[in-house]
Amino acid sequence: MSTLEIKDLHVSIDTEQGTKEILKGVSLTIRTGETHAIMGPNGSGKSTLASTIAGHPRYNVTSGTITLDGEDVLAMSVDQRARAGLFLAMQYPVEVPGVSMTNFLRTAKTAIDGEAPKLRTWTKDVKAAMAQLRIDADFTQRNVNEGFSGGEKKRVEILQLELFKPKFAILDETDSGLDVDALKVVSEGVNRAHGEGNMGTLLITHYTRILRYIKPDFVHVFVDGQVVEEGGPELADRLEDEGYDRYATGAGAATIAAASAAAQA
Amino acid sequence: MTDITTEKARIGAPSAQPFINGFTEEGESLSPLNAAESKSPLAGEAVKRHSHGGGVGVPDSSRAGRLTSYKLADFKPLTGMEEDWRFTPLKRLRGLHTEVLNGAAPAVSVTAPDSVRVETVGRDDRRIGSAAIPEDRVSANAWENFAEATVITVPSEVQVDGEVSVLLTGQGTEASAQHIVIVAEKFSKSVVVLDHQGTAVVSENVEIVVEDGAQLTVISLQEWNDDAVHASSQQVKLGRDAKFKHIVVSLGGDLVRVTPSARFTAPGAEVELFGLYFADAGQHLEQRLFVDHAVANCKSNVLYKGALQGRNAHTVWVGDVLIRKEAEGTDTYEANRNLVLTDGARADSVPNLEIETGLIAGAGHASATGRFDDQHLFYLMARGIPEEVARRLVVRGFLNEIIQKIHVPAIEERLTEAVERELAATNH
Repeated sequence: MSTLEIKDLHVSIDTEQGTKEILKGVSLTIRTGETHAIMGPNGSGKSTLASTIAGHPRYNVTSGTITLDGEDVLAMSVDQRARAGLFLAMQYPVEVPGVSMTNFLRTAKTAIDGEAPKLRTWTKDVKAAMAQLRIDADFTQRNVNEGFSGGEKKRVEILQLELFKPKFAILDETDSGLDVDALKVVSEGVNRAHGEGNMGTLLITHYTRILRYIKPDFVHVFVDGQVVEEGGPELADRLEDEGYDRYATGAGAATIAAASAAAQA
Repeated sequence: MTDITTEKARIGAPSAQPFINGFTEEGESLSPLNAAESKSPLAGEAVKRHSHGGGVGVPDSSRAGRLTSYKLADFKPLTGMEEDWRFTPLKRLRGLHTEVLNGAAPAVSVTAPDSVRVETVGRDDRRIGSAAIPEDRVSANAWENFAEATVITVPSEVQVDGEVSVLLTGQGTEASAQHIVIVAEKFSKSVVVLDHQGTAVVSENVEIVVEDGAQLTVISLQEWNDDAVHASSQQVKLGRDAKFKHIVVSLGGDLVRVTPSARFTAPGAEVELFGLYFADAGQHLEQRLFVDHAVANCKSNVLYKGALQGRNAHTVWVGDVLIRKEAEGTDTYEANRNLVLTDGARADSVPNLEIETGLIAGAGHASATGRFDDQHLFYLMARGIPEEVARRLVVRGFLNEIIQKIHVPAIEERLTEAVERELAATNH
């Protein structure tokens, strides 16, 4: 049983207009076996939270803490975080030239496990995982993400999730840009990984659509860098009906307080 | 079109463009040098007549109009403004363009199977001048000054097992001249490795004859010490149905400038020109090649790949391919790819394709310079891969494409290790 704990996290970025605060005090605790959905309108800071957990250098943590089983995640480099068991499925996976998928997957697995995977079982595992995600076998010979379609890139992210077996998976808008078939395939992959019982999932999404396939235990609504409402899966249904309009920025603290109170109730 | 040098976008920006997207491409305006009076069959006048009927009104912009001569005096002193010298820092040539090249030339040691003839000959040997004619002043300076030449002959129909290894060991920093002749006689098959090591300031002419039906691979390795200066004109003349593979690998040296030229003299011949270079801080590695499709139905394929790291690492690649009017049925492609690993490095890449007939099978060129950027690094590190491993993964993959074409296991291993050493030096 592991715990990823985010406490009062404040994050800013440097822009040409100066420093801009994006996360304004976010607290969140995820345990093994739990699925948390973070929902919110564009620009609310959802993806910033994901990238900050993974350690992207663009985001400066000005205060607050992130710990994984008590260990200070913020003190770790990007690769150390991944080896500690954090996995970020990226919204826009990067194309890496000159590196074949085969080579990449094996190198990453070796780094994460601290030892090279046994060749025979590894090849079999990769093949099986690819087949389940309906990724063509010849992808292993291609360079990482190079020339992949948007949907193919997302499947390859989930392929890595299944192969690397992290303690916590952070899915950054994995559903965006996917058609229904691809969404099902990807969701099944996440559910398989989650179903093994050793992983906590943080699902970041703009839409409720993916929540039909991946059932969250908790839903957090993000607006303007803060959690404005929290609840169970029923909150997602409500968002589906009502949208984010009632959280319109400038609605005032009273609304937020009321929403929080409602969540507590 | 995104300007990659400013593209330090957040991870999360859509990467719609392909990785290597700094597409550097410009038409080259060649210099008006064009005055050869030499009567040699390979000299400027003949070259001009060949393509443009007597050399009258040859456009200066054509590579065919470039002055060629065995005489140093025919070439004007360099100013650095000449088209073919505009990227080269002349000050760092250490006299190769101005001095009498009478220093001790790199020592030549050849290891070859008995079937291969190896001779050291004087300047008057009839084979001197059989494949090459200087195309620039530095090459002509070597031609005028070399004391003796090494001639390697693979006799007719001999298939050489293993490779012919020519070790050239620099003898110091006095400007010197070197001359090598490689003759692959009819229907022979062989691999020759020119292995440049040590410290030298040398201008070298390598003449290569590939006779009818012969197959020859020449691998030129420049693993010089840091203070070496090397200009190497490597010219090949191909007979009917001849096959020639050329692999230039430049890793070491302060300034290395390799200028391969391939000339077809009969139909059915094929050249493959490959190159790999890795420039560190302060290094200048230049490669300028010329493929002269003067006859019908020949093929050429060019691929050079380079990596750069460190301040003032500079690489230059210029690829001139000329398809003359007579060269119907030509099939040619040339490409250059550069991977810039750090700030402060510069890669110049100029493909030039001149086509004087429409009756060809194919002609194309490509050039791209991209950088290993923070996005790649973040992606790989976010999968647990440490930074230096990530960097190696990318560069190794990028350069491996050329190394794999060598097909001499010992050299492939050596180069893989050399690339690893270069990468180890990056850790900063």
